[in-house]
Amino acid sequence: MMRLSLLLALLTLALMAVSVALGPVPFDLAAAIGDLLAGRPTLEALVLADLRIPRAVLGAAVGFSLGLTGAALQGLMRNPLADPGVVGVSGAAALGAVLAFYFGWSSVFALALPLGGLVGAGLSTALLLMLARRGASTATLILAGVALNSLAGALTALALNLAPSPYAALEVVFWLMGSLSERSLQHVGLALPFMAIGWVLVLATGRAMDALTLGEDTAQSLGFSLRRTRLLVVGGAAACVGASVAVAGAIGFVGLVVPHLLRPLIGHRPGRLLVVSGLAGAALTLGADILVRLIPTRPELKLGVVTALIGAPVFLVLLRRLRLDGE
Amino acid sequence: MILEARQLTVRRGGADVVRDLSLVARPGEMLGLIGPNGAGKTSLLRALCELDPVAEGTVLLDGQPASDFGAQRLGRTVSYLAQSGRIHWPLRVEEVVALGRLPHGESIVDAAVQRAMGAADILHLRGRTTGALSGGERARVLLARALAVEAPILLVDEPVASLDPYHQLQVMEVLRATARGAVAVVAVLHDLTLAARFCDRLLLMANGQSLAEGEPAHVLAPARVRRAYGVSVETGQRHGEPFILPWRRCPSPPETQTSHEA
Repeated sequence: MMRLSLLLALLTLALMAVSVALGPVPFDLAAAIGDLLAGRPTLEALVLADLRIPRAVLGAAVGFSLGLTGAALQGLMRNPLADPGVVGVSGAAALGAVLAFYFGWSSVFALALPLGGLVGAGLSTALLLMLARRGASTATLILAGVALNSLAGALTALALNLAPSPYAALEVVFWLMGSLSERSLQHVGLALPFMAIGWVLVLATGRAMDALTLGEDTAQSLGFSLRRTRLLVVGGAAACVGASVAVAGAIGFVGLVVPHLLRPLIGHRPGRLLVVSGLAGAALTLGADILVRLIPTRPELKLGVVTALIGAPVFLVLLRRLRLDGE
Repeated sequence: MILEARQLTVRRGGADVVRDLSLVARPGEMLGLIGPNGAGKTSLLRALCELDPVAEGTVLLDGQPASDFGAQRLGRTVSYLAQSGRIHWPLRVEEVVALGRLPHGESIVDAAVQRAMGAADILHLRGRTTGALSGGERARVLLARALAVEAPILLVDEPVASLDPYHQLQVMEVLRATARGAVAVVAVLHDLTLAARFCDRLLLMANGQSLAEGEPAHVLAPARVRRAYGVSVETGQRHGEPFILPWRRCPSPPETQTSHEA
């Protein structure tokens, strides 16, 4: 497992380097790095610091968040179909951002969009945590997530329906497709603290995840508090997925597919799956974001569209294999 | 360590599923909980390891309230084998057994895991994945997981349900041997012959209450079994050990009102 983690970490770093080197304008990377380190405010140094590095860092952080929470939610619910979208936080974060757009706040203040996303994620998390603290079962949490997602979807559709102009509606739809282009260090600064908190909370549940392999009663008899585990996973997932959606829009399938791909490599142990899923999620998201820039389309392909195009067929193949194994 | 329940009442949905029940389980002893479906055996077992809240009364471990033990210390002290034997991910057998070491802060394949696998006779299965096991093998793997905790108290809920006669006897022998190693074993059982042969004492429950408690020959008197289960039984001895066979349903259903006889 250590070897796999190291391999995935190196892959992520390599992809981050490729992501930084890649852009629409030909670019002397070495000179730009030199300028940046020397504090010379050249155009190359500015592009590197304000566009390329934030894009690569966000790609890795968003992917890590999605992979990690996918693995944690699947472990908590003991259901290989669980995904960060399931708990309803992605939908609520998207709604928050769409409302910031709809009421025109985002045109006055650029960070209103991600802030709206964070507020949406925060409110839905508060609701889920309230349920978890009252001792709601895992099934109740899933159903609450489904209900939250439906409500957020309906309200997002309402905002699109009542959009003042078709252009505004189109802009929202494009944003919802998910993208990492034109993100700045401000976006990184806004999202990264929430993501880091989320990672710490989720990673603290590794041993409880292993115990849950034998069901909730046995896990509890082994000394693990289900309430605490649910609070950590749901709270952590909400913090990092909410922050991801707030800055990058909805990027689907990473959280669903990555744990499936890795499970056989680490012996199916849910606690061990957490870190490697985060790293593989980061690598996959960075890879997809690089692909987006390599495929010459106008307008640029959206990241969420590419992850779904890769993820959905892979997921279908995995499901077929699962059925053949009789699981 | 002595497990003691004093006047325990467990409520679910406003109804008493266990009412005013007391018991003692001592090291080296196997106590069988028997009684018809819905008698409250599983509810009692769950309350004994704090899985379900106790409405009235107390559970004591060597005289100290179980509720005062932290979750992890309780996990090390009382091992619980649940009725449903699901293993949600196809882990390797030895890794499943090693989960029993989690309350000790580790889940690696150590000497305790080896001992548990040896006791449950699954050493030859250690490298297999749990998805490829038969029902009997899976039951023994889960039993080994419960043994790997090496807790002074072992609670098992219907450990031989859905096992063939060979594996039923094997699991009962393992439990018996575990009790001999200074562990207090409490087992919910439906097979009256296995209960009579392998348990030191039995507690017969009906409607959440204790109907009788004591040595198997006393508790399983035909009249009492008829009252609790609503069946007549054929009894006898073979090589000095008792057997008891449910024979016919009685025309009148089992009694709903209970009174304790010890």
